[in-house]
Amino acid sequence: MADITMTGPRGPKPKKAFSRANIFLYGTLIMVSMYYLLPLYVMVVTSLKGMPEIRMGNVFGPPMEITFEPWVKAWSQACTGINCDGLSRGFGNSVRILIPSLLLSVTIASINGYALSNWKFKGSEVFFTILIIGAFIPYQTMLYPIVILLREIGLMGSIGGLVLVHTIFGMPILTLLFRNYFASIPEELFKAARVDGAGFWQIYFQIMLPMALPIFVVAIILQVTGIWNDFLFGVIYTKPSTYPMTVQLNNIVNSVQGIKEYNVNMAATLLTGLVPLIIYFASGKLFVRGIAAGAVKG
Amino acid sequence: MTVASDPPLRTAKRPNRLFKNMMAKIASIPMILTALVVFVGGTAWTVVYSFTGSRMLPKTKWVGLDQYERLWDSDRWIISIKNLGIYGGCSMVLTLVLGFCLAACLDRKIRFESAFRTIFLYPFALSFVVTGLAWQWILNPDFGLQSVVRGWGWETFTFNPINDPDTVIFGLLIAGLWQGTGLIMCIMLAGLRGIDDDIWNAAKVDGIGTVKTYVVVIIPMMRPVFITALVLIASGIIKLYDLVVAQTGGGPGLSSEVPAKYVIELMFRAQNLGQGFAASSMMLLSVVIILIPWAYLEFGGRKNG
Repeated sequence: MADITMTGPRGPKPKKAFSRANIFLYGTLIMVSMYYLLPLYVMVVTSLKGMPEIRMGNVFGPPMEITFEPWVKAWSQACTGINCDGLSRGFGNSVRILIPSLLLSVTIASINGYALSNWKFKGSEVFFTILIIGAFIPYQTMLYPIVILLREIGLMGSIGGLVLVHTIFGMPILTLLFRNYFASIPEELFKAARVDGAGFWQIYFQIMLPMALPIFVVAIILQVTGIWNDFLFGVIYTKPSTYPMTVQLNNIVNSVQGIKEYNVNMAATLLTGLVPLIIYFASGKLFVRGIAAGAVKG
Repeated sequence: MTVASDPPLRTAKRPNRLFKNMMAKIASIPMILTALVVFVGGTAWTVVYSFTGSRMLPKTKWVGLDQYERLWDSDRWIISIKNLGIYGGCSMVLTLVLGFCLAACLDRKIRFESAFRTIFLYPFALSFVVTGLAWQWILNPDFGLQSVVRGWGWETFTFNPINDPDTVIFGLLIAGLWQGTGLIMCIMLAGLRGIDDDIWNAAKVDGIGTVKTYVVVIIPMMRPVFITALVLIASGIIKLYDLVVAQTGGGPGLSSEVPAKYVIELMFRAQNLGQGFAASSMMLLSVVIILIPWAYLEFGGRKNG
């Protein structure tokens, strides 16, 4: 931050650099940045302190003695109920939920989008409209019917059940994403392939799929963060042994038993946030594109 | 795409089109099932069963509007609705204002734009659980913000929205804004970038100040962006659940309960399915009330044109 205040006024237009408007502008931005950065900073600092130091006081102060013990404890020893094997179990579950959900939802949605933009059939637009409206229906109205559905097919409480739920609720937004993308590909290409006698799958695999790689990346970013951050479905459709990381984290931090170990809690919180944060910082502009595509209808 | 490109090629000339399209229909089965069974079927099922006296298991013992009467007699539900009203109203106004102002600041051709954008948006990548727990710790009265300010010498400073029933909603609001404004800023920024430079030049020629140009010219031009943002914020507010569970657990007492939490607790903890169904049907109703005018504004007018 100091860097910004120092270099900001040394911009290419020295005359205007110290204008009141500029000082106000950068001042505001830096103040707001502090509000956004504060929680991350506090989490990191707290997770590196020992408990005695935390009890003494200043949450904003940097650790006097850096310790990684809270991280180790959060990962491998923190307790939820009777289990004391730390967040590693939740991490494992989340990975086992994430990968099949990701593959299934992106595959289905890309085929949906392809069929909707190039192979329209009677009623296809109706189903699509229902799907999009479905994205706005509060999940609460569909929670119990899905419980019945999962019970009927014997997947209630299992990871497979949660994978199915993620596939269902990821479908509206991903289908929209792929449909809009495939609609933007020149129709001549599709027609030429048709004239050459290519069928539904052939066109999909040989023409559309290779062209759609960027949108696949966007869809994957969207789904990884979405599925990883899910709490509601995890808490309802799984049981303690298959809880995803977010649910386990909440149980660790908000457990009423034992002494509160704030440093371990913050290390656990950071560990849970790490995957989406890495995705966010690694993907940069694509992340923005993903949420913009998700947010603004096509 | 609006150009009607030679229809004969697509329809009449292909006798086997019906058969070929069979594949598209088969491939769309997951979508059709999701739309019909889960979205339409599931929603209808819940609404229908909200008129029954279901408790531990769903059963068809019709009780009319009994569940709804009990719902609106329940203090917990009334508190939940009030909380959502306060949170929703504040969140909507503040997210829009903050989101727009930040976007406008970033649009002033400043340096380090992408650094600022990255900072404002990163909370959006984090889950509500992580957000709630982080702010729970910062707002902790014994070790957090309050104790630090007291340590600076302001002994009577009180800011304890985790344990104070009157301000707990604002504690949630601080966390919710932290997580969500980045997204709205991004959308607003995209909207601002879509505005032609000529508009700015024209305003400059006419001698209109920057702030006035925003208020008088730019914001009215960005109406569709604002509406999209509003719909996004509103649908997010109604879903508010994980943040409350993680940050306050609905407490102290019932003071930070929200409708989504009421539904889930009655359905899955209190074994009172009928109440849960009635409450979720009310949530659905509120969404319909928001959504219909929006859909009308967005699509109603345009289709005729």
